[in-house]
Amino acid sequence: MARNLLQVRDLKIGATVYPPGEDPVDIEIVKGVSFDLEKGKVIGLIGESGAGKSTIGLAALAYGRGGVRITGGQVLLDGKDILRYTRAGIREIRGRKVCYVAQSAAAAFNPAMRLGDQVIEASVMHGVMSRTAAVERARYLFGVLGLPDPDSFGTRFPHQVSGGQLQRAMTAMALCPNPDLIIFDEPTTALDVTTQIDVLAAIKHAIEETQVAAIYITHDLAVVAQISDDIMVLRHGNTVEYGPVKQIIEDPHETYTRDLISIRSDIKPEAPDQSQSLMRLEHVDAAYGRGAPVLFDVTMHLPPGQTLAVVGESGSGKSTTARVITGLLPPVKGQVIFDGKPLPPALKDRSKDQLRELQMIYQMADVAMNPRQTVEEIIGRPLTFYFGIKGEERRRKVTDLLDLIEMGDPFADRYPAELSGGQKQRVCIARSLAAQPRLLICDEPTSALDPLVAEGILKLLMELQKETGVSYLFITHDIATVRAIADSIAVMYKGRVVRSGPKSTVLSPPFDDYTDLLLKSVPEMELGWLEKALASRRMAAAGH
Amino acid sequence: MASGKSGMSPVVTLLVQRIGIGVLVILAISALLFIGVELLPGDFARNFLGQSATPEAVANIRKELGLDQPVITRYFNWLGGVLTGDFGQSWANKASVNSQLLKRLSNTMFLATVSAIFAVPISVGLGMVAVFFRNKLPDHVINVVSLAAISMPEFFVGYLFIFFFALVLGLGDGPPIIPSDPLWSFANFELVALPAATLVVVTLAHMMRMTRAAILNIMDSAYIETAELKGVPMMTVIRKHAAPNAIAPIINVVALNLAYLVVGVVVVEVIFAYPGMGQYFVDAVTVRDMPVVQACGVVFAGVYVVLNMLADIGAILANPRLMHPK
Amino acid sequence: MSLFVFGYFALLIAGSSLAAHFGRREVFGVLFTVTLASLLFGLLWGQAAFWAISTLFILLAAAGGLGYCFREYMVMILPEKASRFMKTAPLTASFGMLFIIVVLILAIFADAVAPFGERQIVGDVWQPADERFLLGTDNLGRDMLSRLIYGAQTTIAVALAAGVLSFAVGMFLSFTAAVVGGWVDQVLSRVNDLMLAIPTLIFALVVLAALPQNIFILIAVMALIDQTRVFRLGRAVAIDIVVQDFVEAARLRGEGWAWIIFREILPNVLTPLIAEFGLRFAFAILFLSSLSFLGLGIQPPEADWGGMVKDNKDGIIFLVPAALYPGAAIALLAVCVNMVVDWLLNRTASLKGGRG
Repeated sequence: MARNLLQVRDLKIGATVYPPGEDPVDIEIVKGVSFDLEKGKVIGLIGESGAGKSTIGLAALAYGRGGVRITGGQVLLDGKDILRYTRAGIREIRGRKVCYVAQSAAAAFNPAMRLGDQVIEASVMHGVMSRTAAVERARYLFGVLGLPDPDSFGTRFPHQVSGGQLQRAMTAMALCPNPDLIIFDEPTTALDVTTQIDVLAAIKHAIEETQVAAIYITHDLAVVAQISDDIMVLRHGNTVEYGPVKQIIEDPHETYTRDLISIRSDIKPEAPDQSQSLMRLEHVDAAYGRGAPVLFDVTMHLPPGQTLAVVGESGSGKSTTARVITGLLPPVKGQVIFDGKPLPPALKDRSKDQLRELQMIYQMADVAMNPRQTVEEIIGRPLTFYFGIKGEERRRKVTDLLDLIEMGDPFADRYPAELSGGQKQRVCIARSLAAQPRLLICDEPTSALDPLVAEGILKLLMELQKETGVSYLFITHDIATVRAIADSIAVMYKGRVVRSGPKSTVLSPPFDDYTDLLLKSVPEMELGWLEKALASRRMAAAGH
Repeated sequence: MASGKSGMSPVVTLLVQRIGIGVLVILAISALLFIGVELLPGDFARNFLGQSATPEAVANIRKELGLDQPVITRYFNWLGGVLTGDFGQSWANKASVNSQLLKRLSNTMFLATVSAIFAVPISVGLGMVAVFFRNKLPDHVINVVSLAAISMPEFFVGYLFIFFFALVLGLGDGPPIIPSDPLWSFANFELVALPAATLVVVTLAHMMRMTRAAILNIMDSAYIETAELKGVPMMTVIRKHAAPNAIAPIINVVALNLAYLVVGVVVVEVIFAYPGMGQYFVDAVTVRDMPVVQACGVVFAGVYVVLNMLADIGAILANPRLMHPK
Repeated sequence: MSLFVFGYFALLIAGSSLAAHFGRREVFGVLFTVTLASLLFGLLWGQAAFWAISTLFILLAAAGGLGYCFREYMVMILPEKASRFMKTAPLTASFGMLFIIVVLILAIFADAVAPFGERQIVGDVWQPADERFLLGTDNLGRDMLSRLIYGAQTTIAVALAAGVLSFAVGMFLSFTAAVVGGWVDQVLSRVNDLMLAIPTLIFALVVLAALPQNIFILIAVMALIDQTRVFRLGRAVAIDIVVQDFVEAARLRGEGWAWIIFREILPNVLTPLIAEFGLRFAFAILFLSSLSFLGLGIQPPEADWGGMVKDNKDGIIFLVPAALYPGAAIALLAVCVNMVVDWLLNRTASLKGGRG
């Protein structure tokens, strides 16, 4: 039997946490994980935040971030346990046999050094090749990874290139010394979908070209399905399921894996389009300060009791649109019509009732709540502020609202720090519902949450809409979410609405160029999707 | 390289801007010290003569010193004088402020320079030691000792030195009396040893703590981890990855502390009867000799502003984003 | 070689060996460094160096022990929440608190505690310390200890008044600037930048030269200059919070400025603010002492620590330590305040979570 390149045996990793005002506590992050990796193969580690996947990846470099330390097990590289190596021995492995690609390439590159020098540093330092050979190889890799102008790319500084290019440069840096193994730690998570697909394709191409083995860490099952041979699903530091990619995707054995795969596949029936609208944006232009305009002629409409999804990538102007509606950013031109009447453009000119009818939910629930207030104070404040409800009655209403979000009375006396991510978002929803709004603006409310938790929040929002008839303006970059909950859609790109209408129309052909690109870039839970998407792209490009 | 279409690179624009702001700030400070002080309750002439002066005497002296003219006129007269290198005349001895000021400033700069020669390398070195032993005993010891040093007033440190000086040399021997001749010479190092040592002690701790914080900030960044994960040895990480990025913050720290040092000079000069600008300034303040007070105030503030400006310029020049624009 | 020197080295070497044997690297490092340093200093200055080092050691040990006992005592008698908080105090901070409390009590009850009057001439000039005058007498023959106690009263009262005033003004202005924003923020910030560009001591001396001498003016000038530092911190902290979503949520709800400042922002910045107040107080003590030392602070015959240094400085070269006592008092009080502040600041940092 050929010996595997990497064998991880019963790996245990712990850390010490220091809760303020209490004695330090030892916790276990990884509780005995084992897997094997052959030369030239890719294993995907998948799981939600706190599953221990990055920690395992770094253990393959014998590295613990912060106070993390490896407490047990073995990491055998070519049959030798690297955890028992001396410091010098470990240095010999790092950057020579095993390389690392970080999530945020922008922070991981030294801002004061040219990219080329950083890319070849490890190869030259470890004596893998001469400087000239390393520069030559870097050029070749830049080409393989589809970077512009490979000959001069290395002379640039990190701040002079884009995020997607930096991520590819980091991959080149990892590939340069011809390592046996590369750890990809969420390399595409911070990128927009249309950029992600390019980087993903470049990484896959480079792996095939160089026959390097890889550990690919991500929270997105659809992404990992495109690139790996095996998949290990992790949860709370334990292995949930481990097998070949085909089996995991097409025939998952565990409930948890099944849940991850079937996520957001139940599509809500679309409500009939209505000409009557609760809120309408008419030809809105907006700009920050005296800067260049960021919104151009934005028009959209939202019927009562329905959900309008505003879709776009970062910088598309979707959050700015929300700021215009809420009055935080009065538009330069155009107006917001609410319930048939124009809303005063600035927040300070709106009446208390107008403010009440329009509530907001944020992406980061933990900074959307004052950490020094209890859940009762947080949910109770709108009750007191808008309706003058106090004391016993307020407590009763807060309990009702907590029941509505499926949490219950015992949570009323807790502080936000004592809640989980999903619970925090639920409390934020309860706070906005307390005002009895007619329109709820949801600014990416699920994108910071783990998939299953996000699923729960979406279901709750749909339930609440059925019960209270509230309308949602749902801002997101995630097409899957849009498919699941929207009645109508507005696609935004560079400050303009490029496509809008009922969901069924917007999501079916013929498409405009951008929507087409966007839809084709969203990874699907399907083997071979990446190749198909790239092929169809090439065809489209050839057709033009 | 960095040459925009306008023919002037953004760095040059930025530097010109920064220097322009510095000049404006000095002008604004001079206006504040001249006009703002005038608007305060109280009367220069009465303060100068003392509370028992007769109204006639006060009126006379007002006329004599030109205080009967409106303040704006006097400010611009004064500013015109300063720009041509004339700081006016002392009220107390009717002597020209210029000759004294220049000599005193040169002496003060000598003391500050000697102190800086010792303070800068020692504190930056200690800061690095603290980083190296981060969260270990030497770091804690350096932390507590520097905290103590920050809390010590200059005069306590100074008199402690004099006390031990007397203890070693015997009763009645003070530190050497410093002549008011020009001091710039190696031979005078010994003469200023005690005041310089005092200044070193009071600035050392600040500079060291700020250096430590600046370097720690860099050692925590992701690109240092990247270098570690490439198998780069620790000393190389520090030399190749940390140091180039640490230069700007350290230049900043040093310049800020030199500014602090120039001001700390005032008290130290009084302790050791050092014939510098601080002593001159405090003497003038005691007798309310306003032309001297204002001249010294503006010069001190000017040196302070210029050093702060150098700190900013250092940071600009060490920033790759600005030196290599897109 | 005397028995003392022999015992001194025996103890140090035995301690170092034991520490090394039991693998306590840090303790070993300290003890052996002290041993080597003692050898060097002993060669240079003889036995006096050993006495100095031993005294320093004993003083440090005593301070540490006091700090430890005080912390355990407070943990025992304080209610649950406060006691948990107190448990996190390092020895330096707990000793600092103890010293501050003692000085405050001495200052408040100065009339009852001081053996002699503030301005009472009770002996010869610069009499050495004895049973009657525990710290000797000063340049006019007044009891040094009594003047130190009364000096504590004046120094702390003035510094505290200046600290409170600067803090109140700085906080009010900075929060207004951060919350209201727009041109109000612009004007306040630019004026503040300008004042920050002038070195504090120079500014104070120029202004005090132009004004009549009087204690209220002194407090006002100190507060005016110091509030610029409070403003800088307050604005930075408040801006940090103002951009948080929960403040935006409150603004969208239609809450007024008062609610946003007192209910949303203030509870979140309390710890850094308390720490900042400590720093301002320590700074005010040092600043006031420097002014008094230069003759522009509190005027004699009123006792204050900086002025007492000025009064007694001529004795130094005759080895009269009278000027060193008030200097040491200033340094010690400032150190103690700084140590407590250091602890509070570290706590805030750890609450936000460090690396990663």
